[in-house]
Amino acid sequence: MAMRFVDEFRDADKAHALAAKIAALCEPGRQYKLMEVCGGHTHTIYKHGLEDYLPESITLVHGPGCPVCVIPMGRVDDAMHLAAQPDVIMTSFGDMMRVPGSQGSFFDAKAQGTDIRMVYSPLDSLKIARQNPDKRVVFMAIGFETTAPSTAMTMLRASAEGLANFSVFCNHVTIIPAIKAILDSPDLRLDGFIGPGHVSTVIGCRPYEFIASQYAKPVVVAGFEPLDILQSIYMLMVQLSQGRSEVENQYSRVVPWNGNVVALKAIGETMELRPYFEWRGLGFISHSALKVREKYAAMDAELLFQVPGVRVADPKACQCGEVLKGVLKPWECKVFGTACTPETPIGTCMVSPEGACAAYYNYGRMNRTRVPEASRS
Amino acid sequence: MTSSREDLASAEGLAGTQDPARTDSDEPGWIGEALREHAEHERHEVDAGHRRQLPLADREQQVLDRIDRARRRRPRVREERITMSHGAGGKATQTLIEAIFLDAFRNPLLEPLEDAAQLLIGGSRIALTTDSYVVKPLFFPGGNIGDLAVNGTVNDLSVSGATPLYLSAGFILEEGFGVADLARITETMRDAAAAAGVHIVTGDTKVVEKGKADGCYINTAGVGLISRDVSLGVAHAQPGDAIIVSGPIGDHGITIMLARGELDLEADIASDTAPLNGLVAGLLDAVHGVRALRDATRGGVATILNEIAKAADVGVLVTEDDIPVRPEVRGASELLGIDPMYVACEGRLVAVVPEAEADRAVAALRAHPLGEQAAVIGHVRAEQPGIVQLKTAFGGTRIVDLLVGDPLPRIC
Repeated sequence: MAMRFVDEFRDADKAHALAAKIAALCEPGRQYKLMEVCGGHTHTIYKHGLEDYLPESITLVHGPGCPVCVIPMGRVDDAMHLAAQPDVIMTSFGDMMRVPGSQGSFFDAKAQGTDIRMVYSPLDSLKIARQNPDKRVVFMAIGFETTAPSTAMTMLRASAEGLANFSVFCNHVTIIPAIKAILDSPDLRLDGFIGPGHVSTVIGCRPYEFIASQYAKPVVVAGFEPLDILQSIYMLMVQLSQGRSEVENQYSRVVPWNGNVVALKAIGETMELRPYFEWRGLGFISHSALKVREKYAAMDAELLFQVPGVRVADPKACQCGEVLKGVLKPWECKVFGTACTPETPIGTCMVSPEGACAAYYNYGRMNRTRVPEASRS
Repeated sequence: MTSSREDLASAEGLAGTQDPARTDSDEPGWIGEALREHAEHERHEVDAGHRRQLPLADREQQVLDRIDRARRRRPRVREERITMSHGAGGKATQTLIEAIFLDAFRNPLLEPLEDAAQLLIGGSRIALTTDSYVVKPLFFPGGNIGDLAVNGTVNDLSVSGATPLYLSAGFILEEGFGVADLARITETMRDAAAAAGVHIVTGDTKVVEKGKADGCYINTAGVGLISRDVSLGVAHAQPGDAIIVSGPIGDHGITIMLARGELDLEADIASDTAPLNGLVAGLLDAVHGVRALRDATRGGVATILNEIAKAADVGVLVTEDDIPVRPEVRGASELLGIDPMYVACEGRLVAVVPEAEADRAVAALRAHPLGEQAAVIGHVRAEQPGIVQLKTAFGGTRIVDLLVGDPLPRIC
């Protein structure tokens, strides 16, 4: 039975038609590298086998927009330290549970009796805080501008309720500085960007304009169904064939050009930019993350508890940084699939379903058969 | 712009301040171990310099081959403690079973790791199986832990080609558990046993202190008689064989997930828990040469397909559009980001039959009320042995691997 609002974005006939149009736009002999910034896109691309529709001359490069993947090991250790404090209940999204710190993951800590609970929404943490007034509930906040509003709204709710036993370990990051870092990185030449759709529902399309104007790269903000992404690739190829570089919005059914003012206000009320923050594999990037505003210091786990804040280097064999920057394909990492697997992830990219390595290992580890339209050029 | 370039440079500078003597083998715990093991195998395999010179596609293929070899190595449990993943029915469960249980108990009867062991006693072929039930919540739309405890064991016997006959029932009860609830569960078990035509003939009761169990856990074991001349096993699958499911998948898992009430989602859906012995008898009466049957419980249909690919060393290709899934289950799965292929069923089976028998098999299944929506979902093939591939509704292809994480603990 057809499912409305889903199946129309997975129509194979439309995909074949788009594949032919994309192939027709490829200049003979030219190679195209397009980066999908968002991990959600990476997941969709592999889950639906989208690369079957692309000619060999188009390579999709997986970007840094996977919230779990960019958390450095030191922050995981900090979170484990918080979770081990007396009377603390640590709450976290399921994605975080398997992320390895230097002393194991949340899963391992949970097996040893640490009270760590998986939540679907930060509001669930509030529920836990209300039910356990004698405990201190910490929410491990991760994610880009996509999830920051829900953390902000939860803080505002907690504040309104006067809930004293709830705090946030804030690891929210912002996407623009990461894109800038990649554009400035000498290792990689990209032709265009598939812009992150969910982040853009909050920040809008304007923040990407510098990519088009200063770096002369086209950007198309894309939705998360496979046809959305294929259409965005087509829109990028049209721009490239016409020598244009503009910001276009493929996901206009959800993304307003100016973003979501209410959500931005909530973030601004509760959080402020950190001077710098470490990204896994990308290093320290200035003004690239959020911390709890002083006004809400009573909810800032970093102030309430002593957090070690030690920088922990990744295992040397781990090449997550190169994968996050798009310099290496997942399978080009030295330990991919042998020492580092979804079962025993060494790097973050192998943990989250949005991580490029996990997506490739779980869905793409095979010989690809391209559709006829993609091979014809 | 320059600022971020400096940031990257300074990050590299910081990386340079690491202890230069530190090597990968100094990594703590299993990471260091995994890296050492990797280095050891790497030395024997391809030399890295050679790999660099190959064209991109060939290099990728080489990596894929290396991964395939790594996957075929003897499984090892790296964790120091049991985590919830070890009970999820995916990769970690399989590793635990093979590395700990099979290693300790190894014998030819256990080794096939089928749903039931096949024994020859006094000239009769007997099937023996056991299963424990820890579902949470105990009561859910479509049934309760009692239905599961009877049907699950009946089904493990049925898919071995046996006629289920006798069951045992062991109860682990938590101090404070309601007697009325226990009575409800046992009445359900009595009715389920009657419906399946089996008798519960022996049992055991244990009570543990409050907080040391969650209400009520049940273990059942069952024996059945294999009177038909059949030899079922996923290792028998051959290239060309058709793969059939007996009905819509994922009903039980999604029902349990919604019944927990943590998601504030509601849907008109119930567990599919049911005894499959009648359905199996109909199929085996109609079709000769059925290669394998499995009931799709924890880990869902995807896990069974992987068991087929691994045990028979064949490839499997299934088509997403052909897999029956109720709209409610699909909708909930879409919302939750879950793949119905991995969601548990409690009254569905997967059958592998020779292609020539596929139509007859589907017809036989559809003749039974539990198999009305039976469908061929794909085929066994010689290409890419060990790997399950899915032709997506979108028209692409992807791998369907064993599940690693645990989308939902304590499903049965």
